[in-house]
Amino acid sequence: MTDSKYFTTTKKGEIFELKAELNSDKKEKKKEAVKKVIASMTVGKDVSALFPDVVNCMQTDNLELKKLVYLYLMNYAKSQPDMAIMAVNTFVKDCEDPNPLIRALAVRTMGCIRVDKITEYLCEPLRKCLKDEDPYVRKTAAVCVAKLHDINAQLVEDQGFLDTLKDLISDSNPMVVANAVAALSEIAESHPSSNLLDLNPQSINKLLTALNECTEWGQIFILDCLANYTPKDDREAQSICERVTPRLSHANSAVVLSAVKVLMKFMEMLSKDLDYYGTLLKKLAPPLVTLLSAEPELQYVALRNINLIVQKRPEILKHEMKVFFVKYNDPIYVKLEKLDIMIRLASQANIAQVLAELKEYATEVDVDFVRKAVRAIGRCAIKVEQSAERCVSTLLDLIQTKVNYVVQEAIVVIKDIFRKYPNKYESVIATLCENLDSLDEPEARAAMIWIVGEYAERIDNADELLESFLEGFHDESTQVQLQLLTAIVKLFLKKPTETQELVQQVLSLATQDSDNPDLRDRGYIYWRLLSTDPVAAKEVVLAEKPLISEETDLIEPTLLDELICYIGTLASVYHKPPSTFVEGGRGVAHKSLPPRAASSESTESPETAPAGAPPGEQPDVIPTQGDLLGDLLNLDLGPPVSGPPLATSSVQMGAVDLLGGGLDSLMGDEPEGIGGTNFVAPPAAAVPANLGAPISSGLSDLFDLTSGVGTLSGSYVAPKAVWLPAMKAKGLEISGTFTRQVGSISMDLQLTNKALQVMTDFAIQFNRNSFGLAPAAPLQVHAPLSPNQTVEISLPLNTVGSVMKMEPLNNLQVAVKNNIDVFYFSTLYPLHILFVEDGKMDRQMFLATWKDIPNENEAQFQIRDCPLNAEAVSSKLQSSNIFTIAKRNVEGQDMLYQSLKLTNGIWVLAELRIQPGSPSFTDLELSLKCRAPEVSQYVYQAYETLLKN
Amino acid sequence: MIHSLFLINSSGDIFLEKHWKSVVSRSVCDYFFEAQERATEAENVPPVIPTPHHYLLSVYRHKIFFVAVIQTEVPPLFVIEFLHRVVDTFQDYFGVCSEPVIKDNVVVVYEVLEEMLDNGFPLATESNILKELIKPPTILRTVVNTITGSTNVGDQLPTGQLSVVPWRRTGVKYTNNEAYFDVIEEIDAIIDKSGSTITAEIQGVIDSCVKLTGMPDLTLSFMNPRLLDDVSFHPCVRFKRWESERILSFIPPDGNFRLLSYHVSAQNLVAIPVYVKHNISFRDSSSLGRFEITVGPKQTMGKTIEGVIVTSQMPKGVLNMSLTPSQGTHTFDPVTKMLSWDVGKINPQKLPSLKGTVSLQAGASKPDENPTINLQFKIQQLAISGLKVNRLDMYGEKYKPFKGIKYMTKAGKFQVRT
Repeated sequence: MTDSKYFTTTKKGEIFELKAELNSDKKEKKKEAVKKVIASMTVGKDVSALFPDVVNCMQTDNLELKKLVYLYLMNYAKSQPDMAIMAVNTFVKDCEDPNPLIRALAVRTMGCIRVDKITEYLCEPLRKCLKDEDPYVRKTAAVCVAKLHDINAQLVEDQGFLDTLKDLISDSNPMVVANAVAALSEIAESHPSSNLLDLNPQSINKLLTALNECTEWGQIFILDCLANYTPKDDREAQSICERVTPRLSHANSAVVLSAVKVLMKFMEMLSKDLDYYGTLLKKLAPPLVTLLSAEPELQYVALRNINLIVQKRPEILKHEMKVFFVKYNDPIYVKLEKLDIMIRLASQANIAQVLAELKEYATEVDVDFVRKAVRAIGRCAIKVEQSAERCVSTLLDLIQTKVNYVVQEAIVVIKDIFRKYPNKYESVIATLCENLDSLDEPEARAAMIWIVGEYAERIDNADELLESFLEGFHDESTQVQLQLLTAIVKLFLKKPTETQELVQQVLSLATQDSDNPDLRDRGYIYWRLLSTDPVAAKEVVLAEKPLISEETDLIEPTLLDELICYIGTLASVYHKPPSTFVEGGRGVAHKSLPPRAASSESTESPETAPAGAPPGEQPDVIPTQGDLLGDLLNLDLGPPVSGPPLATSSVQMGAVDLLGGGLDSLMGDEPEGIGGTNFVAPPAAAVPANLGAPISSGLSDLFDLTSGVGTLSGSYVAPKAVWLPAMKAKGLEISGTFTRQVGSISMDLQLTNKALQVMTDFAIQFNRNSFGLAPAAPLQVHAPLSPNQTVEISLPLNTVGSVMKMEPLNNLQVAVKNNIDVFYFSTLYPLHILFVEDGKMDRQMFLATWKDIPNENEAQFQIRDCPLNAEAVSSKLQSSNIFTIAKRNVEGQDMLYQSLKLTNGIWVLAELRIQPGSPSFTDLELSLKCRAPEVSQYVYQAYETLLKN
Repeated sequence: MIHSLFLINSSGDIFLEKHWKSVVSRSVCDYFFEAQERATEAENVPPVIPTPHHYLLSVYRHKIFFVAVIQTEVPPLFVIEFLHRVVDTFQDYFGVCSEPVIKDNVVVVYEVLEEMLDNGFPLATESNILKELIKPPTILRTVVNTITGSTNVGDQLPTGQLSVVPWRRTGVKYTNNEAYFDVIEEIDAIIDKSGSTITAEIQGVIDSCVKLTGMPDLTLSFMNPRLLDDVSFHPCVRFKRWESERILSFIPPDGNFRLLSYHVSAQNLVAIPVYVKHNISFRDSSSLGRFEITVGPKQTMGKTIEGVIVTSQMPKGVLNMSLTPSQGTHTFDPVTKMLSWDVGKINPQKLPSLKGTVSLQAGASKPDENPTINLQFKIQQLAISGLKVNRLDMYGEKYKPFKGIKYMTKAGKFQVRT
């Protein structure tokens, strides 16, 4: 007598038979028939034809039958909306039933009937149930609001259910609170802008009380909700942490991880000197370790999260290396994650243990795992310098095993070790060369070729080795081809006499016989380099390469901070912010860690650029806090528009223009463009005209490395820096700088003709940029520029050009044309040229705005060793349109409050604390507040430039 | 929240689906099948699989995949925990959790699932409460139901669900009042070739079976509570009391439950009760290898080690093994290359050993990997961490309950590398 009997009726008239049974007078028969219907439904059979008959059974005292009918209704109401209306009356009646179980059941089922017509009828019963005396009914009704919202959001808002739901957060029953929070969170997810979960200290207190008493699932919802709150100060953060820590001992791992999230986030606000901070760190380790003894699926999610936690706060688990050691019967997805964390935790103290383990893993059966283990050895070498030697010898041992895939992986990582510690371990090259023949994977071949090319001067038969690869050039993968091309060019530059033929061969293979544009481009670049200026080629190709470091596989800090806010969610499993993968254009709000309390050491704060950064260093990557453009357009063009009205309209046009491509405006204006015929050295026919764009942009990338060097650290008017060296522009050298005088911006250029040919027909064009900088007049070079002649031009600029966010923000890409060719370069302009004359804010206005801008937008910077006192600072800045609004003296330190406005109407407020440092020098502490925090970094640079020159 | 649930057997058939919101087509499982195909073994199917519109989160237990479908950002641990809870509930209801059993009880399964989630939000997951709502099938009840026409769905609101002690129902009555506590410790360890311990930790649990009338309030204290610095409690345990006095104070659920689980990882506290002496050698030249292992007791506190089973996955190159055990029985499966030796009890006077030769594929080079030895064993009346219960007291009720405490140590993932 089991339920499997319900599946056995597969005869022809099954539906007909069921119909008869459903309409039977006998209760028992009816129930059996409904059970059969449900059973068919569960295995995916279509029994919707029985809808009216099943609904007829709804009016019954038998609870089981009622539930079964409800189950059926939920499944099929959508396909039979007209019929479903028949059920409404019963629902309304059941919502008045004296038995709370029936009331709750009715309200629960109602919400699952996803039919628009019906929902209207359900509002009244739902309203009653939300205020029901029985908490069981209330908590069920809370969830029903979320269901209804999913079907018809407008209806829910119109009926005021959201407010009722908010009231339920203060309910006396913790389960009701938890469900209300869960429902609100779900609704809020589809409406990120609606301030549904408006948390304040009172509501937080209520949540914390409910947290202790509700079910494990409720605790998860409440903890996740708490994590979205930003405490007003470190005291509040600490008190919340104290009340959340007991959750770390919960048996449900999801509760534990949600609690970890809250703690990790609020910890950010606590000062590191605090005793409590240390205690908290200690408390976090055991629960994380315990998660690893759970089922493998849970372990996997936990490990992905631990990976983030270890990167953010390595101190928590630094002594727990051993729990990450791999057991041979762990599922592969657990093994790989453990390995990753082992490397992150590797340090000088435990490296011996780690290496012994990794070596053990390298002899396991699973190929994927073995490969990763070998790679891990290489990563250890790069991470822990002291261990490099041991790692290399371990890798050599592994190469001796001659297991094919182990050897190949080992060679790939040894290449990385060479790049980290040049001129240290090259003695092993001989051993590597012995294994040349066994390499059949592209990555390993490419790595080996790189090694041969890089150390060509130490390998006697380097040319033979490379030549042997060249034979099957067209059968190799692109990766190997590219590497081979570079390696042979390197070889040629090192031993030009013997290898001329080889280099000719590879260049013609790459440029003439290949279909791959990347390969062809690289081939042409080398070819042109070698034919125009071999000395320069040597400088470019054999340039000293930056050392690689372990950071390459770390998550970028701003992303990491964001991900920490998403601990325990899918985002933490993918290590991507939800905005990149969550369905639909929901516009998921970004989360960020709360700023640390003022007492903390601001020198450690990540925003602080190191004082005196080396010139030419690219500024930090701009945090992707929302779309900057959106900020530029919406936030700051509000009421106080004081910029020229023209600017506003064109800025908006620029935004529309964004839909278009990137460089096309540039290209479009230069119809004569870069034709294939301009290439001197390579055979002209091989470059179709449309290939010009990628090639030349590739070229300008190369130029990026050298251009714009001096502009960052210039004075008020920075000395001219070479933006486009003659070598790279067929003899035209351009240097320049930016100035701002009485409200107009100009670009002072110096053009020098270093070619042997007269230059004429100059024109200039800017690519779209962050602030819409554009030439206000055409480039006027009156007479042709004869060889060795220099001309100085001041090009007036305006800010009404098209806007596109650049990376970095103050990047400007310029195209200059003359009768010879079009040249591209990019430069960084100092932000102070954009500070407008009417940037003085009213004192009251300043106060109000300062308070109004949220604290997350505040950025702090340090300017050390400034040779000025407060007076001088103030007047010097004033001349660059940074206006001092108020001055105070607090405990012997001068505080200046300043404001400035950018051409596009963005206000930046500043608080400058001047501390007397060493004699005649002062240290400045700069706090910037702005609605578009992205600009802070660049305003700081401007400050530093202005004050130090 | 959780959208749908699919149950899939190991041959890739969907044999049950349940939707808590709108119906998600079962074609979504195709992504799962793809992943299943890629994974060499069922255990290796990744637990989180993204698809263009949904995410599939799965657990694999009892040879069944429980695949949950979610659409929005939901904590994955919450989903996975819930899936495990579903499996536990099925096991609790039907004794075993298998495809035929689930099919046999499909209506109850469906009713239970409906009770566990509402719109994807967990509703009732405590098995005590579920059983009040939907009675588990018993032969007797089925017979009675068919005769009397009564149902197995409770029509009263479960009493515990909203009280301060949601895990316990009211009105519990027993003629024999008893409370049993089992302290069970599992040793997870990795021992290297030379016999030294690489990692060792203890996963301990206290499983309880409490059948007491009324609303008893229990306190349990330990001789050495300091051992427990990493603990997870059942929700019934009063955390404050533990923090301040290191005493477990709680109103127990009715029946079986896990009171707490703990974790001892400080290496010096983890005694290793057995050792394995091994000599496994393959030679390059000959197609024969030598194999010899001996198992012996180490730190057992004078207790006997029993239920010893040695298993080892031999390298692919091994064709067959001809071995002689000094005691117990052994098998070698030439297809899976799995060696299994059921040793039984270890007699310290006469250590069990397994000796013989390994025949390898002729002509092939010797295997690269060394087999790892997996060990299972049991030690009765011993908690290897040294944890001891001091006393158990009951308040709130007048009767005198019968109390019992049992200790046991087992091997968890106990591996010896060779």
